[in-house]
Amino acid sequence: MCSLAFFPPPLSPGKITLCETNNELVSTESCQKQDYGPLSLYFPRESLKPHSRTENSSKAAFLQHSETLWIRSATVDFYFVLWGFPAPKWLSVSSGCVLALLQRVSSLHGALFPHLKVTSDCAVRAFAWHPHTEKFAVALLDDSIKIYNPKSATPPTLKHRLQRSVASVQWKPLCASALAVACQTCLLVWHVDPCSLSIRPSSGCAQVLSHPGHSPVTSIAWSPSGSLLVSASPVDTSMMVWDVAAESSVPLQRVGGGGVSFLSWSPDGSHVLAATPAPLFRVWETRMWTCERWPSLKGRCESGCWSPDGSRLLFTIQGEAVIYSLTFSDTTGTMKGSKAAAVVADLSETTFTTPAGDIIVGGEVQLLAWDPRGERLAVLLKGDSEAAARPAMIAVFKTRNDPIFELLPCGFIQGEPGAEPRLMQFSPNFPHGAMLTVCWSNGRITHVPFYFLSAGVPHLGLNGSPAMPQPEERLVDHGNSTLFTELCS
Amino acid sequence: MSINLSQKLPVNAFETKPFARDSTKRSMLDKHSLATLTHGNPHDKKVVCWRAAASIAWAVLLLPPVTALFVVLSRVSLFHPIEWITECLSILTSASTMFSFVLLCGVVVVVGFFNLEYYTVTPSIACSKIALLAQLLHPRQCLHAVVHCIMGVIVAWCCAFTIGPRYQNLASVCTLVDGDPQLCLNEYHLVLILFGAFVGYSHSLFGVMHNMNYVPFHAVQQYKYLRFKGNLPLVVKCSAIQSLYFTRNFLAVYFFLGYIPRSWLCDTLSLHSLNPLDSIAGLLDLAMLYHLWISGTFLLLTWYLTVLLFRVFVTEVYNFPVQSAFTEQADRCLPKVLPGQQPMVLKFLALQDLALLSQHAPSRRAQVFSLSQPGGHPHNWNALSSECLSLLADLTQRLVAHHETVAINGRAKLHSAGSDKKSVSSDSSGLSATQDISTPRSAFLRSAGAAAPMSPNTGPFTSDLDSPFSSRALRRLAPHLVPSSPWSETVQSPHLLRRGPQLWSASTEREISSSFLSFFSVPNSPVQVKHFLGRRVLVMYLFNKLPEASSQALFADSQSHIWALEGLSHLVAASFTEDKFGVVQTTLPSILGSMLVLQEAVDRHFKLPHASSKPLRSACSMGDCTSKTLRFALRATLKTAIYRITTTFGHHLNAIKMSAEHRKRLQQFLEYKE
Repeated sequence: MCSLAFFPPPLSPGKITLCETNNELVSTESCQKQDYGPLSLYFPRESLKPHSRTENSSKAAFLQHSETLWIRSATVDFYFVLWGFPAPKWLSVSSGCVLALLQRVSSLHGALFPHLKVTSDCAVRAFAWHPHTEKFAVALLDDSIKIYNPKSATPPTLKHRLQRSVASVQWKPLCASALAVACQTCLLVWHVDPCSLSIRPSSGCAQVLSHPGHSPVTSIAWSPSGSLLVSASPVDTSMMVWDVAAESSVPLQRVGGGGVSFLSWSPDGSHVLAATPAPLFRVWETRMWTCERWPSLKGRCESGCWSPDGSRLLFTIQGEAVIYSLTFSDTTGTMKGSKAAAVVADLSETTFTTPAGDIIVGGEVQLLAWDPRGERLAVLLKGDSEAAARPAMIAVFKTRNDPIFELLPCGFIQGEPGAEPRLMQFSPNFPHGAMLTVCWSNGRITHVPFYFLSAGVPHLGLNGSPAMPQPEERLVDHGNSTLFTELCS
Repeated sequence: MSINLSQKLPVNAFETKPFARDSTKRSMLDKHSLATLTHGNPHDKKVVCWRAAASIAWAVLLLPPVTALFVVLSRVSLFHPIEWITECLSILTSASTMFSFVLLCGVVVVVGFFNLEYYTVTPSIACSKIALLAQLLHPRQCLHAVVHCIMGVIVAWCCAFTIGPRYQNLASVCTLVDGDPQLCLNEYHLVLILFGAFVGYSHSLFGVMHNMNYVPFHAVQQYKYLRFKGNLPLVVKCSAIQSLYFTRNFLAVYFFLGYIPRSWLCDTLSLHSLNPLDSIAGLLDLAMLYHLWISGTFLLLTWYLTVLLFRVFVTEVYNFPVQSAFTEQADRCLPKVLPGQQPMVLKFLALQDLALLSQHAPSRRAQVFSLSQPGGHPHNWNALSSECLSLLADLTQRLVAHHETVAINGRAKLHSAGSDKKSVSSDSSGLSATQDISTPRSAFLRSAGAAAPMSPNTGPFTSDLDSPFSSRALRRLAPHLVPSSPWSETVQSPHLLRRGPQLWSASTEREISSSFLSFFSVPNSPVQVKHFLGRRVLVMYLFNKLPEASSQALFADSQSHIWALEGLSHLVAASFTEDKFGVVQTTLPSILGSMLVLQEAVDRHFKLPHASSKPLRSACSMGDCTSKTLRFALRATLKTAIYRITTTFGHHLNAIKMSAEHRKRLQQFLEYKE
């Protein structure tokens, strides 16, 4: 079992990890010679105006009505349809009282469900790489989403009336343009034409998917085949499986756990991890949508990630400083996995001595990320923002899944002094190894490349393909093509 | 008790065979299947009938708990709970309840049988009001309405019997002003019975208007029990809300027309009528309203449950073997079933199975890619791929024909021949490209033979197919050929129209309006003109095309194309690593070509007005929601399918021989710019 004690000590405070070369994480400029580097971004909080909408003065000119559109239309229509004349005074007064009561109850909501409050000190709320190209989407604190593409200078900005408190964004696989956004009240699917030069796509490009009772949506996951989208809310016991184009959904309801707080679809498309706010998580099998329950004991499942072939799931539990592993051998569509989760890494607090003093690293895990080749595992360790000696850190492991699962220490990633890592994601197609994109609490987005030669990559298009003749050769014998011989039957 | 029983069942407890064996309806259904489905392999045909029988059996099994719930809710009295419960228990165990229960079982069986008889997997979409009217007045539909009316009366009678003495009898003893006890009409009973008939008829009417006989397939596979459980709350909500609307409508009708049945009954049975109910005060009796509503909910719930069970059972995945070692089973294999002539639903099940096996079953994929033992021909792959390609080519052809019609109409209106001619010529070139690309076995010829009713040219001659005397199997084959289907107007040549003049085939909007114009040219008195204007508005209202309908109708059976695309693209993507003999390579150019041609046609179709407007979503209805959005699903699936192939093969696709135009298009996909 790997533990933090085997790790090389972190860099001295003030130094910023830039990349991995020659098997070590370095802060020197030696990385810059490599030619690949998407742009780093910086979003200081002050540059965003999260409440710009409320400052609009035009709002004061109108009476503010408190009832939602639905309730208003329901009461009025219902009454009108049923009795044929408008509602009298007493009815409107009493329904007003009921509405006030409802509002009072709903204002308690935040107190009752503390896990639903979005803590937002970071200017970047969500981040997503496109699975096939070099563009990524960044959701900001002011509820806008920017799409950065190395080939275009001005990033398009997506804004929508319903796009509030974005919790997650994800690009649709096998598609150039669709971006799913988990919002406060609904799910938006933007269709951003990659060839369009428009800086501000109209809200007509967004598809609104909503289902009564299914809000706030906090986690989403596309199936790797690009056909289905799963969305979940921590207060809705049912998870929605959307057929996005048809705008139809199938609720998958399981009562235990009280909701779904985290979703992750395995890269081979066969399983979905659904963690609940309670100490319980489920692993769904996506062929017939049945699930395995894993009632874990200590706390709720905080984060999880799948190996690239979908056979292994790593997850962490709140309150425990270890990484668990589950294996699935999926061949026939039925789940035949291990009976118990095994501990593969110990992340308990470890003290490192650096020139500037002792640093304590370790503890609970906030986020896990595994690179698409299955060679690097990044673990975001929670720190203590008050104590300077206990910073939040990203620990990186070298991993191997075949023939046996191995975790080896690689090093720590650290950012600017005072900046905590908040989000991280591996770039899906980095040619020279792996690249981790980290969003820091001060609004900076940096990319940390890991340069290594991968051992036997199951990368499509490189190995295992039939030998193709060069196009020139094909042009020569144009008349009787030899490659695609027709098998006449 | 049965609720508990069904809840405790294991996941795959809805097995077809055991319940069908228990069912008393087995012999009837078997006879039926033999009588109506005369050609093809009887085994596969029986699958649907078995499933329908099982669904009916389950609907009958669910009847006792629903009835018990109804009895409890209908006699609710919160102030006397003990009395309430004992009363309910005594009612539930009485002999008369048993009798009405037997009646209800009969009703459920008949409704289930009608489901089996009237269901379709491709919705029939009326393109104008007049087509909808024609659907409603079709003899087949009239029979449906009348039978459901009668069923409604029977259910309402059972309800009247169980609710209580107030509704039980048609006549009651009453005392008139002069003191003699006499027989009076119990109008509550009459109201409830009429309400049952009304709900039954409205159910049938709504079924046509909202395509309730359409059986949608889901993108997400679930076990039957879980699917049923997931849909149950929706069904209960739907029936309660629908019943509320029906109650409102019924009250309005009864308020104006209620005196007719009442006076007729009073006259024929020489009864007296006290305090007629068709006044505002009479109808606003809250207890009666509640009883009407709960009876309507009960009626609709039992029927909707039957529909739901039928859908759940019919759309269950059926595993066709890819190849079989035994010759007697060869007819049941996927490559034989897929292109065969058979009820549409079997073709759909086969396509669904193909799409699923291409995604989830490596061992079955290996069978698809395998070669035949003596000879070494890839028969399986050839049969599957050519059938899928012919489906795609069929859709392309249909889209191109539709686009041409629109272009011609536009030219007639605008006299702007130039641009339209260009687009038409490019259409035809696209079409010929498809034909060039298609496999040597010529999917087109086969599609012209096998799927003849689908091809646009036969559109107007569907009257014989739609007549009530034609066999059911024939009608299944051409389920979406509603009168005035969108491509009935593609052929307007006079001799064709002479051969098959049909009342509503018309789409003759132009003809009609021109005839009216000629009529107007004759000088008439103002009164006549006004009269005709009124009629003209009505006629225009009836004949005007519904905006999205033609687009919806074009894509009515697109679920099959979606599966064909998914199956093909997954198989091709899997072939990159799994196809040992290079079987797929031979057809890869034609697959890519037909997908790109279809993509072009779909893109052009979505540029038409109304094609890309989203339909209004009805939150709660038992009708189809999915059929209206099928074209969007097809567009997305098509793009994903092409991306799946390009992502898997990458630059290897450059080695494929294809036209420059297609290569340009493909390059866009390779660069993720579509």
